[in-house]
Amino acid sequence: MEEVSVRPKAVAATRSSELSRRLWRNKWIYVMLLPGVLYFLIFKYIPMYGLIISFQNYKPFKGVSGSEWVGFEHFQRLFTEPDFFNILSNTLILFVMNILFYFPIPILLALMLNEVRFGLFKKVFQTIVYLPHFMSWVIIVSISFVMLTMDGGIINQMISYFGWEKINFLLSPEWFRPTYIVQVIWREAGWGTIIYLAAISSIDPQLYEAARMDGAGRLRQMWHITLPAIRSVIVVLLILKIGDVLELGFEHVYLLLNSMNRNVAEIIDTYVYTAGLKQGQFSYSAAIGFFKSFIGLVLVMLANKMAKKMGEEGVY
Amino acid sequence: MVEDKTLGGRLFAILNYTLLTVIGLITIIPFIHVVAGSFTTSAEMAAKTFVLIPTDWSLEAYKFIFSTSTIFKAMGVSIGVTLLGTVFSMFVTALMAYGLSRRDLDGRKPIMFLVVFTMLFSGGLIPTFLVVKELGLIDSYAALVLPSAVSAFNLIILKNFFQNIPEGLEESAKIDGASDFGILFRIVLPLSMPAIATISLFYAVTYWNTYLSAILYLNESAMWPIQVLLRQIVVLASGMDYSSTLDNVTPPPEQSVKMAVIVVATLPILLIYPFLQKHFAKGALLGSMKG
Repeated sequence: MEEVSVRPKAVAATRSSELSRRLWRNKWIYVMLLPGVLYFLIFKYIPMYGLIISFQNYKPFKGVSGSEWVGFEHFQRLFTEPDFFNILSNTLILFVMNILFYFPIPILLALMLNEVRFGLFKKVFQTIVYLPHFMSWVIIVSISFVMLTMDGGIINQMISYFGWEKINFLLSPEWFRPTYIVQVIWREAGWGTIIYLAAISSIDPQLYEAARMDGAGRLRQMWHITLPAIRSVIVVLLILKIGDVLELGFEHVYLLLNSMNRNVAEIIDTYVYTAGLKQGQFSYSAAIGFFKSFIGLVLVMLANKMAKKMGEEGVY
Repeated sequence: MVEDKTLGGRLFAILNYTLLTVIGLITIIPFIHVVAGSFTTSAEMAAKTFVLIPTDWSLEAYKFIFSTSTIFKAMGVSIGVTLLGTVFSMFVTALMAYGLSRRDLDGRKPIMFLVVFTMLFSGGLIPTFLVVKELGLIDSYAALVLPSAVSAFNLIILKNFFQNIPEGLEESAKIDGASDFGILFRIVLPLSMPAIATISLFYAVTYWNTYLSAILYLNESAMWPIQVLLRQIVVLASGMDYSSTLDNVTPPPEQSVKMAVIVVATLPILLIYPFLQKHFAKGALLGSMKG
């Protein structure tokens, strides 16, 4: 009897001493992890905790612990404010434009680039189209501004050369969305090809040979071999893109935003910035930010589930 | 693969090369136009529709923007933040990536989860701002570095790279009495130079492009990095409410002056780009495929 009751304790003791021995042996590794872990805790997790201010009337001098609780008041305000629906729809429209007009382009470019046999051409092309990705939005937007202005911008000079009416790209609401998406494509389309090209390069060349034997031309090879082979990469990137649903780039939109196009250009991010930091409505704008992050998380999980149902691996 | 000699194949190739050439030109021409425009007189800019090579070479735009201390100061801020920020970020990232690359480490999985979760969910702008404020970082250059010091994406790339180094090398160093720090600095890091270079350059580009942190956390215009100044000079001046940012400017900057400022803000990226380009494809891949 005695022995039986003693044994599990002894086993547990050796186990825990084994664990503490392992922990001690790796103590310097934990020291190495410390700065990084602290970074994530302070600048990523404390802000997540800070989201509770969206259930409070946060007063800066009282802090999170001293501010008054108001429950879902800010969220209720969100859904009754007509402004909010305008902002939400602006955000969703830009998101859908991203999926429809931007997302397929790197895939097409990668397919085209894969057909290039002339190595130097490929290299030069890649060097050029990767470049804009490394420029800040300020630089990209600045370059397009000097090209698009009414007085002396190259685009408007060309338009008037052909005898057409000059277009006020920067100040007219109807030109905001086209300008936005063209800038996105210009900056990111080339860079977006990298991952597809890598996926394509790992396809077994014998597959193409076999297809050629069967008389398949270039386009049929693309359709029946290349595209199915990169399907899983496409699905993963699409899930990630959907997760970024409301991540349209604060900087990019903020730089294009002005009093003339505000009606179509104001998105959740820019609104959070203005309402929160310019007007001091911390709690209300934190609630909007919370709503946004939450929707993003839910959408990634949904997209991932759907991908798995379709027989793909998903991102996690 | 062999060249397709059929008529369809040839047509396809011609169409493909033509389209790609056009796309390449559309990408590069705006840059060339801006560089050319910065080296010409405002008169030529106004007279000609399409300047790709200036006929009337002139440095007047550059003389003008460097006639005040504003640009120098902003460049100095950006260079300083980029150098210090990159070193700091690399240090923290490399230590953490090495720790997480050790498969025998207890608690590795929860820490990895902690990192990956931040890629899916975040507290957002306002709570982050309040943390930075509580830490007393407002109006300090640390606010441009600390809140974005570690990129989860870069961390995962580096961790995966470290994991691919044969474990035997580390084992034998350990038998020879090397410490964990010794293994990291004398064996793992020297073997990872391509990855280190790639990630450093990614960080450097991010710091050079810092804009959001600056407008959030710096109220003093004297502290602004080049990107914020660029916005003041080009974007705001192109809208309506132009407020003069360069001390002694009375008229709004002409096209060629704006272009010169864009060139100055872009130049450092163009200078490191050739080094960057050599490595990044491989580095970015490692991270995204296994991330």
